Amino acid sequence: MEAHLQHLLNAVVLGGTYALLGIGLTLIFGIMRVVNFTHGELYTFGAYMAYMLAGMMGLNFFMSLAMAAVLGMALGALIEFTLLRPLKGADIDTTMLVMIGAGIAMQAGEQLVWGGVAKSVPSPFPTEPVVLGSVSVGMNRLFVLGVALLLLGGFYLLINRTKLGVAMRATFQDPDTAALMGVNRGLMYTLTFALGSGLAATAGALLGPIFVVTPTMGDLVALKAFAIVILGGLGNIPGATIGGFVLALAEEFGAGYLSSGYRDAMGFLLIIAVLIVRPQGLFAMKERIG
Amino acid sequence: MRTMKTTALLLSAALLAPGVAFAQETIKIGVTQPLTGAVAASGNYVANGARVAEEVVNANGGVLGKKIQLIIEDNKSNPKEAVASAEKLIVRDKVPVLMGAWSSTFTLAVMPKLVEYGVPMVVETSSSTKITTSGNPWVFRIAPTSAMEAKSFAEKLDHFQPAIQKADFLAVNNDFGRGSAEEFRKMLQAKGVKIGVTETMAPEATDLSAQLSSIKQSGGDTLFVTTGVEQITLILKQAAELRLPHRVITNGGSSSPDQLIAQAGAAANGGYFTLFFAPWFPEKAVHPTVAKTFVDGWNKKGYDFAGLTEGYRGYDGIMTIVEAIKKAGKAEPQAIRDALWTVKLDGVNGDIAFKKDGPEGKESGQNEANVYVVQVKDGKVTMP
Repeated sequence: MEAHLQHLLNAVVLGGTYALLGIGLTLIFGIMRVVNFTHGELYTFGAYMAYMLAGMMGLNFFMSLAMAAVLGMALGALIEFTLLRPLKGADIDTTMLVMIGAGIAMQAGEQLVWGGVAKSVPSPFPTEPVVLGSVSVGMNRLFVLGVALLLLGGFYLLINRTKLGVAMRATFQDPDTAALMGVNRGLMYTLTFALGSGLAATAGALLGPIFVVTPTMGDLVALKAFAIVILGGLGNIPGATIGGFVLALAEEFGAGYLSSGYRDAMGFLLIIAVLIVRPQGLFAMKERIG
Repeated sequence: MRTMKTTALLLSAALLAPGVAFAQETIKIGVTQPLTGAVAASGNYVANGARVAEEVVNANGGVLGKKIQLIIEDNKSNPKEAVASAEKLIVRDKVPVLMGAWSSTFTLAVMPKLVEYGVPMVVETSSSTKITTSGNPWVFRIAPTSAMEAKSFAEKLDHFQPAIQKADFLAVNNDFGRGSAEEFRKMLQAKGVKIGVTETMAPEATDLSAQLSSIKQSGGDTLFVTTGVEQITLILKQAAELRLPHRVITNGGSSSPDQLIAQAGAAANGGYFTLFFAPWFPEKAVHPTVAKTFVDGWNKKGYDFAGLTEGYRGYDGIMTIVEAIKKAGKAEPQAIRDALWTVKLDGVNGDIAFKKDGPEGKESGQNEANVYVVQVKDGKVTMP
């Protein structure tokens, strides 16, 4: 029983971070329909920014976190402006190739600047875990879960309940009509990509102190983010959130009770199963305009 | 058009010329290490150790009247890249001898290429028993096998207070991790220690809470961990979060305790680490003067102290190769291989000499290496 509870708690904590990665990508991949291969690199970028600000310059951790998020958004805006904007109207293959190239270049850049040896971001939280009966969890992990839930709720409201959210969705569903209604299309493209990138950078900066920071840390993460988005249904924020938690549960219990060596495979087996039964993802309508 | 062609020709000639001139003056040694990727810290430490050896050798007049020149390639913590890097070193750079490739998985991947091209390789880190028992006569290993490490550890078993009653294992899911866990399991069973669970993890995995939660349930008192320093850091931190009651012992010699103290902080306290060089206690080395030359060279280059425990591998590896070249009298692959059998060298780890291992007629060389166990107490490394 104790083991089940601990596995469940681990999965919930991990699920929060997966959901955070998922919603960042669902904005870009789901709503904008850009197959974003730089998502993992923006995650890595966020982690290195946290290392630079909190670890090297000695700034307050929470301050560094906020700055990493803003820098991630700025980098995202730059990518949209310099790479995606000139490609507007190009087919999906061209865009995908450019994004793969951008991802490789960013990873190589990180390698060049920071070197291949792992860096560690100082954590402001005590190493003593929070003990709940027979199970325990690190303070820093609870903080990550809290921030993740806050961002998930915030973005859900932003996309579904605000005028800005309506403008964003309208732009990607029918750009011409949106423009006729007075929406600044260029701004919406840049903003959406910047927000999604900012979320990836935030996830990286949040997880930096829990794990270690390396130039290749984004590889597996990007793969998982795609899986979560596909699992939850494209462009669906609650879907990406639930997708994140489902993936975490599958990995945690798969590793705990079946075979720990194939932990990362568990999640993908689940995705294959879901796609066979519901090709549109768990929470998406069958027909999507876009 | 014509001028462009001429310019291009001149340019390429200018680019090639120094390379050609250089090749005549130096003896090249190829090195393949994971300089980036999941186990980059260790690979960089080993490469730095090799660079120290290069400097020491060249400062003392080189070998056969020539300076040595290392060509260090990054195998990106990936077996496919390890093969590509070895092939590049052999075919393009025409090195007569290699050192590499850190992980057992990378080394095993490279080994068929050694037979294909007939080039010997000194293996500085890999511990999988398979490397020297698979019948590859081009492989010479200075690092101890997992079986040797387990045997040395068995002699120190009585020092643990309270005694080890029941052991669990957490190993990286590759040749190194699985091989080491198996050898230690056999050794502990023979000594009457109960065996609990064996959990594995992918080499690039970062969240190990599922494995650690299962280990916590097993009720063992000691956890044997086999992987590189990056994952050991994560395991120590996550074990503290989950209040794992186990005493943690890492094996494989790639733990860099000072890096752990810096990155895992208090979570490193109480852990035991097997090592093949203990730079905090140079006087305990078999050849203290050799150890001192290495440590001085390392410090002169401004390298991180935390890397010495891995860096010695690169140093001893290159020194072994240089000794073989000296004995061979020429820098040719076949001659170097034959000479490696006759090497008798005072290394940082101890005496280096190769014994035959593996099937008859196709034996590989295996050195009997020394093993040390250190403990981290209150953020300091001690020798229990």
